[in-house]
Amino acid sequence: MAVPILKQGPFLIASIQAALTDTDVLQLRDDVMSQVTRHRSRGIIVDVTALDVMDSFVSRSLRGIAMMTRLRGAETVIVGIQPEVAFAMVQLGMNFEDVQTALDLEEGLALLQTQEGPADGGS
Amino acid sequence: MADPDTPDGAPAPDTSAASALLRELVAHLRQNRTVLREEWARRITEAQLLTALTPEEIFSEATSVYDNYVEVLETGSVEALQDYARNLSERIIPRGVETDEVLGIVLLLRDVLARSLFEKYQDDFNRVLDVYEPAANRIANTVAINFVQERERVIRQQQEAIRELSTPVLQVRERLLILPIIGVLDGQRARQLTEQLLRGIRTNRAKVVVIDITGVPTIDSTVANHLVQTVDASRLMGASVIITGLSPEIAQTLVTLGVELGKVNAVGDLQGGIEEAERILGYQVSLGSDSIEDSQLR
Repeated sequence: MAVPILKQGPFLIASIQAALTDTDVLQLRDDVMSQVTRHRSRGIIVDVTALDVMDSFVSRSLRGIAMMTRLRGAETVIVGIQPEVAFAMVQLGMNFEDVQTALDLEEGLALLQTQEGPADGGS
Repeated sequence: MADPDTPDGAPAPDTSAASALLRELVAHLRQNRTVLREEWARRITEAQLLTALTPEEIFSEATSVYDNYVEVLETGSVEALQDYARNLSERIIPRGVETDEVLGIVLLLRDVLARSLFEKYQDDFNRVLDVYEPAANRIANTVAINFVQERERVIRQQQEAIRELSTPVLQVRERLLILPIIGVLDGQRARQLTEQLLRGIRTNRAKVVVIDITGVPTIDSTVANHLVQTVDASRLMGASVIITGLSPEIAQTLVTLGVELGKVNAVGDLQGGIEEAERILGYQVSLGSDSIEDSQLR
């Protein structure tokens, strides 16, 4: 199932609705990259609220997406990691050290906006 | 499940004669119920057992136990006694009755009855003992086991309750949680604490969490790693963690153990931690002109 990517001002919102197959994950990566290029987005929010399991491939790929978009000048925030998922991830040693995280979509947007604020002040 | 109450084999040599004798014994005990029961209650008081109960209570419990006892002798089935013993334990454990007291009264009853039987069957006492002893031992066994099991159940229940109580997650300000930890942290408690904290972060939409470990006497490497995991997991949920109250001893242990605490934000005491959290959240706390401290300063 493809992940819908919505444009919200200077940001993109990718809201994962159901468990992802490996193909879906790769598709998501390609979609995000092309949309970032097309809309010249400044930030991306990946909402994983609906995921109650996150395997190592998914988390590695999400981290990969964050790294790639950063190279295109867009910051990625992962939002909505469930308590159980968070606990399982750190136990497996996947702690997203260099990726930004936030509680939910609202927090993620607020986080991106504060980061955007000073840099964008002149325009 | 193993049944702890099965008798240890050794069937009576002559079953029909034995059961006839048993019926006779039971009849004797029923006949002398009042005398023996009183004798038993007296011996209980004399031995200073069940001091937590009033004499009336002792007498009424003694009556029930006596009747149950004789019934088990008669039928050989301990099921009713088991229920009664469990029920009795439930009632008397909260009153502070100890295991040795319960065991003591059952053994006293055994002796009282044996003495009374001895008086009647002096010539043939060996045969009486053959019938009486296995049943009596089995009863003592059943009562003791049920009492201990009930106690253990109560202890487990209390442990559970203490654990639940021991990890409160409190909101002190909008989006600021504190988690005071008191007492020894073991692996299980650390895990439970993490789960409760993560749930708390979600329900309170917390951005900053202060974990105060002033009340934790020692920490080993497993627990320290668990704390680090808690910090990481909270970050995944968008909350940053401040650890406060690391005692000098614990700090020393952690460094000696080589626990990776570089990423952990630590502040000396709880007050400092809350101030730091307020700074992160953008709160500015100032003294009002009519505050107590202000007037004391003047």
